[in-house]
Amino acid sequence: MSYETVVGLEVHSELKTNTKIFCGCPTTFGGEQNTHVCPVCLGLPGVLPVINEKVVEFAIKAGLALNCKINKFSKFDRKNYYYPDLPKNFQTSQFDLPIAEHGYLDIEVNGQTKRIRITRIHMEEDAGKLVHSGTTINDSSSACVDYNRTGVPLIEIVSEPDLSGPEEARAYMEKIKSILEYIDVSHCKMEEGNLRADVNVSLRKTGTTKLGTKAEMKNLNSFKMIESALAYEIERQTEILDDGGHIVQETRTWDEAKGMTVSMRTKEEANDYRYLPEPDLVPIITSDEQIEAIRAALPELPDARKKRLMAECGLSEYDAAIITTTRQMAEYFDAATAQKADAKLVANWMMGDLAKNLNGEGKSIEESPVTAQRLAELVDLISKGTISSKIAKTVFEEMWKTGDAPEKIVKEKGLVQITDTKEIEGIVDSVIAANPKPVEDYKAGNAKSIGFLVGQIMKQSKGKANPAMVNDLLKAKLD
Amino acid sequence: MNLFNKPAHVLHDMLINKEITAVELTNDLFARIDEVEGEVKAYITQTREAALAKAKAVDEKIARGEEISFLEGIPGVVKDNICTKGVKTTCASKMLENFVPPYNATVVEKLNAVSPVILGKANLDEFAMGGSTENSAFYPTHNPWNLDCVPGGSSGGSAAAVAAGSAIWSLGSDTGGSIRQPASFCGLVGLKPTYGRVSRFGLVAFASSLDQIGPITRDVTDCAHVMNIIAGYDKNDSTSINAEVPDYTKSLVKDVKGLKIGLPKEYFVAGMDADVEKAVRGAIKQLEDMGAEVVEVSMPHTEYAISAYYLIATAEASSNLARYDGVSYGARVEGTDIVDMFKKTRSEKFGQEVKRRIMLGTYALSAGYYDAYYLQALRVRTLVKQDFDKAFEKVDVLVTPIAPTPAYKIGDMVSDPMKMYLQDVCTVPVNLSGVPGISVPCGFSDNGMPIGLQIIGKPLDEETLIRTAYTFEQNNEFHKSIAPLREAK
Amino acid sequence: MKITRKDVENVALLSRLEIPEAEVETYTGQLNAFLEYADVLTSLDTKGVEPTAHVLPLKNVFRADEVKPSLDRELALSNAPEQENGYFKVPKIMEG
Repeated sequence: MSYETVVGLEVHSELKTNTKIFCGCPTTFGGEQNTHVCPVCLGLPGVLPVINEKVVEFAIKAGLALNCKINKFSKFDRKNYYYPDLPKNFQTSQFDLPIAEHGYLDIEVNGQTKRIRITRIHMEEDAGKLVHSGTTINDSSSACVDYNRTGVPLIEIVSEPDLSGPEEARAYMEKIKSILEYIDVSHCKMEEGNLRADVNVSLRKTGTTKLGTKAEMKNLNSFKMIESALAYEIERQTEILDDGGHIVQETRTWDEAKGMTVSMRTKEEANDYRYLPEPDLVPIITSDEQIEAIRAALPELPDARKKRLMAECGLSEYDAAIITTTRQMAEYFDAATAQKADAKLVANWMMGDLAKNLNGEGKSIEESPVTAQRLAELVDLISKGTISSKIAKTVFEEMWKTGDAPEKIVKEKGLVQITDTKEIEGIVDSVIAANPKPVEDYKAGNAKSIGFLVGQIMKQSKGKANPAMVNDLLKAKLD
Repeated sequence: MNLFNKPAHVLHDMLINKEITAVELTNDLFARIDEVEGEVKAYITQTREAALAKAKAVDEKIARGEEISFLEGIPGVVKDNICTKGVKTTCASKMLENFVPPYNATVVEKLNAVSPVILGKANLDEFAMGGSTENSAFYPTHNPWNLDCVPGGSSGGSAAAVAAGSAIWSLGSDTGGSIRQPASFCGLVGLKPTYGRVSRFGLVAFASSLDQIGPITRDVTDCAHVMNIIAGYDKNDSTSINAEVPDYTKSLVKDVKGLKIGLPKEYFVAGMDADVEKAVRGAIKQLEDMGAEVVEVSMPHTEYAISAYYLIATAEASSNLARYDGVSYGARVEGTDIVDMFKKTRSEKFGQEVKRRIMLGTYALSAGYYDAYYLQALRVRTLVKQDFDKAFEKVDVLVTPIAPTPAYKIGDMVSDPMKMYLQDVCTVPVNLSGVPGISVPCGFSDNGMPIGLQIIGKPLDEETLIRTAYTFEQNNEFHKSIAPLREAK
Repeated sequence: MKITRKDVENVALLSRLEIPEAEVETYTGQLNAFLEYADVLTSLDTKGVEPTAHVLPLKNVFRADEVKPSLDRELALSNAPEQENGYFKVPKIMEG
């Protein structure tokens, strides 16, 4: 029996506002437990929420960046359920009139572009953190609650079940992360829980259209986890269906240690959330002007940027994709090429030596000691032939250490490339004279020996001889 | 000295004329409380030390020749569902028996800024759910006019204290009549402001779209002064109206000439007590004699108001009270696991009426019933509101009874919830529409129990309400009557 | 009967209430009394009538994204039935 996999993702992203959605407590991660709380986010008797205006602005930004229609009339609703990380035992969220609906984003998998529809984006508040006394929830005798995270603003991005497997799910998640970072509404640090996904997966017989029963996996917070959990689930469901069984609609959790999904089915009833319009908050009405103002202030998004770099700078799709992975990289690239430095070279250096050094020191591109301006200068020196690519690597390392301008370094270290024919000729002659055996070997038909001779020439010229000219002149003299 | 019998405005004059000191006044109230509280049981918590300290501070201020404002140094009581920092706020429930809020309600901050002497927290129906204060988890409050009778509810403690002389003024809260009805049952003035006029921040929520805090006082003058203090925009309350607060005391003028008074025929219900009808009609006549024009109006959706109210209020309450689960504050009953703890805590620490309303509200919101009950109730609310809008196109105020009967005996109604709910027929439509309503004494039953007149106004038109109530009040002596218990011994 | 025992048990579960066997009948009767009374409301034709969730015509009430002082942890925990190391402590949470 062959099955089609149908996957939908509900992505939760914490917004990088200074304060929580309904109160003035800070949203900073990692504070001492229960030190970023107040009567409002603790849900004490008598408290009332007040909406943080930045949250709405960020949510609209996200909606526009994901090609959604912004609902000009939007409101909050209460989602009622009991859980100890929810102080009020209801979550203030949005039910029937979310801030944005009917959008999409495009993903690239195996060279193909696929459009994934986005059903809706809504604002809601995050819950607190539970720390269990045992290693897992089931062998703990007690739990501890930290409310620092309660009330941190979230947007929930819900996709249509348009994804067809782990690869697409990962690509979708990566794209969402990229876009949210681009528009600067989230830190997107998955390890800090800024970005999490609930994954819904079901199978149906290949060629049919009716959706199978789905299982939901909650709170997957790494790309790898999403892929692994999906792969496992698909296998699990396939086995059940092949055996003639039925999939139970349930919530499952990913057990990293065991490498499997585990049912979270509780004895209690399936949740009837009893949504009601939040009586303590009034509706949000956004005008066309406001929406357009926010749209106008959006930065150039990854896809558009990629296309532009391919068209204007002649970058390959592969290179353009890497350069536009984050906005910081893309902006670095734009700054470096602003004064017409060679785009391809800039791209190569960014993907090569710059990336290597940044990763080695755990730095982000904004922390690079080699600024975009300096990299552009280096690239210009290569383009002009002042230094060879090989020498440039040495110069780059020096730039990384000192932050100095490449021209200065080249001058001080006397690294200017030798392009004078007479000078190179002189070195070539000298090397030929000093190495009769390799010369003989080459003339005898051993092509490899030329490499040795080139090496000696470069050594004698302290690497400064123009490699192309060396090759040409050497060949000319030997042949 | 029997200062406890006097309204706040008289005592204020006595303070500034140095006829009495705030400490003397406060001690007089303490003595009075000692005398009657055993029978009335209006208080849950008394804060004598803090009260005396405040009184001393006010006296020092007066001694320094500084001016004092209206309520400064005057003892009052605050309903125990309004959060007072550092002072137990129980909502008359075992669930919050030992809860001490770490913050003040906005109205308490506003009061503190003008230094009244707060004597303590007043008894109420548990979580403000009830019409007689019999649902308090601790004890019922007794009506100072007849100790066998209820003082009304849910702000029964606030009203009884003021009527008994154990407080000069009080704050109550009103969701379906809980200020107006106890005021009426205790011969006092009680005002439910326009929804949004007074901040709800710090008022333990019962029904968020209906709750309001308001004064219960001895006369309309005191009421206007207290309103000046507590009304106003609060940025911590998203449902707070951002409009200037007028000086309500400027409405203390005797003039109803040309005032158009609407009489909604649907409020003069068939089963209405004869004494109530007599008193109310008498009041209407007084207003007419003073130049008001009476217009009969119809508010055809009145008969649906109680159903709509009890569906909306309980739905919101079921959500508002979900937070009481033993996790981070309030009572906790240990369980085998957390769900067991939730269930045991809520079952043992909530009273029956609270549980009844939570279940009804949960039902109204539950899958399959939401449209027929909750959503339908919201639609009916629109119709009820439209009745008021239409009526106010023709008239300036509406005049109705407060309740079908005067105060009844403790125990009479409490075992029949439905019967209790039906008593709210005249008051709940006002909350559903969000308009302001005031209760002012307008007579007595044959056996001496007070009867109140309800005057309902246009949104944000507390001024006309106060003017009408004041004019009426000054035209008779009802507000001067003192409960037998309050008579000087 | 508008509401059955089963409904009452269901609704009690949803609201985390445990109603003793002896009381279920009483509550069912009381809730029924109200729901029967509410028939007038449920049978009213409200086609075309918009629901009123808020009586005030308020909209767009916001606050600026400015940090305000949080509560001192001691105060935040001051009403906690049980606490440990700055956390609120609760009994075990079962999943499945």
